[in-house]
Amino acid sequence: MKVLCVLLLALPAFPQDFATGKRIFESQCALCHGPDGSGGRGPNLRKAKLKKAPDDEALKKAIADGLPPEMPGAWQLHPREVDATAAYVRSLGKLVVEEIPGIPAAGEEIFNKTGCANCHIVNGKGNARGPELSAIGARRNAKHLRESILTPNSFLPEDFLLVELTDAAGKSVKGVKANEDLFTIQLALPNGRYASFDKATLKSLKRLTGQSTMPAFTNIPAADLDNLVAYLASLKGAE
Amino acid sequence: MKFALILLSLTALAQVPFERIRDAAKEPGNWLTYSGNLAGHRHSPLTEITPANVANLKVKWAYQFPTAQNQTSPIVVDGVMYVTSPNRAAALDLRTGRELWTWERPIPKDYQSIGFGQVNRGPAILDDKLYIATLDCYLVALDIKTGQQRWATKVEDYKPGYSMTLAPLAIKGKVVVGVSGGEAGIRGFIDAYDANTGTRAWRFFTIPAPGEPGNDTWAGDSWKTGAGSTWVTGAFDPELNLLYWGIGNPGPDWNGDSRKGDNLYTCSFVALDGDSGKLKWHFQFTPHDTHDWDSAHVPMLIDAPVRGKMRKLIVNPNRNAFYYALDRVTGEFIAGQAYAKQTWAKGLDDKGRPIVIPDTEPNEAGILVYPALNGATIWYSPSYSPKTNLVYVATREAGATYFKREADYKPGTFFAGGGERRIPESEQWGAIRALEPTTGKQAWEFKVVSPPWTGVMSTAGGLVVSGSNEGNIFALDARTGKPLWSFHSGGQVSSNPISFNLDGHQHIAIAANRVLYVFGL
Ligand code: HEC
Ligand code: HEC
Repeated sequence: MKVLCVLLLALPAFPQDFATGKRIFESQCALCHGPDGSGGRGPNLRKAKLKKAPDDEALKKAIADGLPPEMPGAWQLHPREVDATAAYVRSLGKLVVEEIPGIPAAGEEIFNKTGCANCHIVNGKGNARGPELSAIGARRNAKHLRESILTPNSFLPEDFLLVELTDAAGKSVKGVKANEDLFTIQLALPNGRYASFDKATLKSLKRLTGQSTMPAFTNIPAADLDNLVAYLASLKGAE
Repeated sequence: MKFALILLSLTALAQVPFERIRDAAKEPGNWLTYSGNLAGHRHSPLTEITPANVANLKVKWAYQFPTAQNQTSPIVVDGVMYVTSPNRAAALDLRTGRELWTWERPIPKDYQSIGFGQVNRGPAILDDKLYIATLDCYLVALDIKTGQQRWATKVEDYKPGYSMTLAPLAIKGKVVVGVSGGEAGIRGFIDAYDANTGTRAWRFFTIPAPGEPGNDTWAGDSWKTGAGSTWVTGAFDPELNLLYWGIGNPGPDWNGDSRKGDNLYTCSFVALDGDSGKLKWHFQFTPHDTHDWDSAHVPMLIDAPVRGKMRKLIVNPNRNAFYYALDRVTGEFIAGQAYAKQTWAKGLDDKGRPIVIPDTEPNEAGILVYPALNGATIWYSPSYSPKTNLVYVATREAGATYFKREADYKPGTFFAGGGERRIPESEQWGAIRALEPTTGKQAWEFKVVSPPWTGVMSTAGGLVVSGSNEGNIFALDARTGKPLWSFHSGGQVSSNPISFNLDGHQHIAIAANRVLYVFGL
């Protein structure tokens, strides 16, 4: 009897629930987690263990309520649909783990040598002109990491909008938008300081959407790039 | 002598009889009802603050609420300001903001807001009582002098999803309320209660039962869970004795398969007899809505010439992105046009019915439609200024990918059948727009960074006052939209401004997150 139960649990309870879960995943989760769950803007979900969803309870809560600030909640789903989506996410974890060629330790050397730390903090070291990367491996898959290095313009987190303006005195200023309201805008300047402007006094204000301050590192040798990606993928943050 | 005095005070007229509210224009220094007057104008006749001196506005005092994201629109009368937050009311000294009394009613542990934030939009006042509608769906009357409870009437059971967030509306002898719960498969209604006793005077169901006209606009039993909430305060015409109220979306929101038909009276305005609650007319803005475009709006009643003839009008910039002018005696459609980006209708026909573009309903894969589910405008108040003869509306510019999902009704749970994914934040914006009242034609706009969540107030001094998600509280020139003054409040503004006199000088009050600010020259 017991053996039978375990066997039953290992299979999806109802085949149509699996289909429902797949359908919802593809229409509502795939845009961030990829159509096959291998990740993109959101982390790879094809893993046996999900950090933010260690058990089924937590997984259903993550789906229904979201994981602020980046992952939206799917509160409009019926509880049964949440169950089905959770079951589908779990089934993804049983598939093959992402294979990442490269040696993390060698990648760390390249990271430091190439000047990545001039803009990124990893485990407390470096400068904060770009996003912190201490847990980037837990949030992004290898493909996304590779693209971030080769074509930084391909994906920009909302909080790194580059702005170019001409102030009242005619001086041109470029910086990353720190904040904005109806009348003022605040920029983080390349020199690490902040500047605040009254928008009405500006001669020009351009939002360089799609432009990154991160240079494209296209001339890193292939083997080094593999190592670098393996290093970033190994950064999972403090347990 | 003493004896005579006591007798006098016992027999003296109530402090705020209905006549004071009806004639609110005669005492512009007070703010006696949710919208400032019964016609829903949110317009202050005060003229001291003008485009020339508004730059000198300063904070006079501030009041801190115990909870966040306050939406209250205060009542001000005879030197006291009354404010509310969820299940809480307070009377404040108008001069200093010091509390005179507070009242609280515990929110039951098992209470849940299905589909909306836990907010309260303000109190109502009549005679010697202050009225507050609670989240757990009670209408409570408090003594205005002490905050002590006079009565509390259960409007509906909160467990299946009924709730109240709106400011009640006091009309002659009665207090009118409506309910939230449009995402929980409720059957909505508008209720009137005897202001003195709390006994229900009448109930108007927003969804007709079998045998009643309009029930045939609902397939099968779908009317039973058809929603049609009534969560925003209406307007009242004392001469016609007609009450005007906006009705919310049908349920389930994004899946209309089970409720084929127009789904009356959802997404409509209704005109009800003030004494009996009987339906005089209805006008449906969005037949068979599948995008959650509630018509939960404050109706604005204005008299204006149309093709050379004076007409009694009711006007509304709607959540569905169209502006409407109707005859408020008959409900007849007079004019309308889109006032914000929309991709769901080719326009309105000569009866005001939308000419819907095929395949704009939510589907399995998702479809991009403008406006997003929170609409081109939403619960917060528009304003009408008789001085400029313009309607002002905080407009939201955003689209969304709408999804359709299955929906099973289970009391006290979401009955929504889908949802939306909004376009990226960087592509959303908003504007304060001034529209011509009989046509909806735009006169000017003032752009804002993100789709607003705050109402507007116009003043006879020539200003339009509003707030932004980014925390700005600001004043525009009512004729041109030019920004003249702003103050950074430090919190998201999601409320409605009011204006009043203190010691004979004009002030403006508006809540920003946890703080209510009072400004004066
Ligand atoms: C807008 C993008 C976006 C959408 C849509 C989205 N997610 Fe996410 N998701 C993310 C991001 C980003 C994270 C990482 C959040 C963090 O770590 O704080 C995440 C995290 C998760 C996690 C936790 C992963 C872990 O390793 O712990 C799960 C599980 C998950 N998402 C499932 C889903 C499901 C199921 C859906 C669809 C119903 C969905 N997500 C929709 C962006 C998204
Ligand atoms: C001049 C500053 C700068 C340098 C140098 C730089 N980056 Fe970046 N990086 C940024 C900024 C800013 C972003 C934020 C997004 C964008 O603009 O692309 C970013 C984004 C990223 C991301 C994506 C983060 C996410 O949340 O998805 C990765 C991964 C990354 N950088 C890795 C690297 C690596 C590896 C190097 C060295 C080879 C490097 N960066 C060098 C500024 C820099």
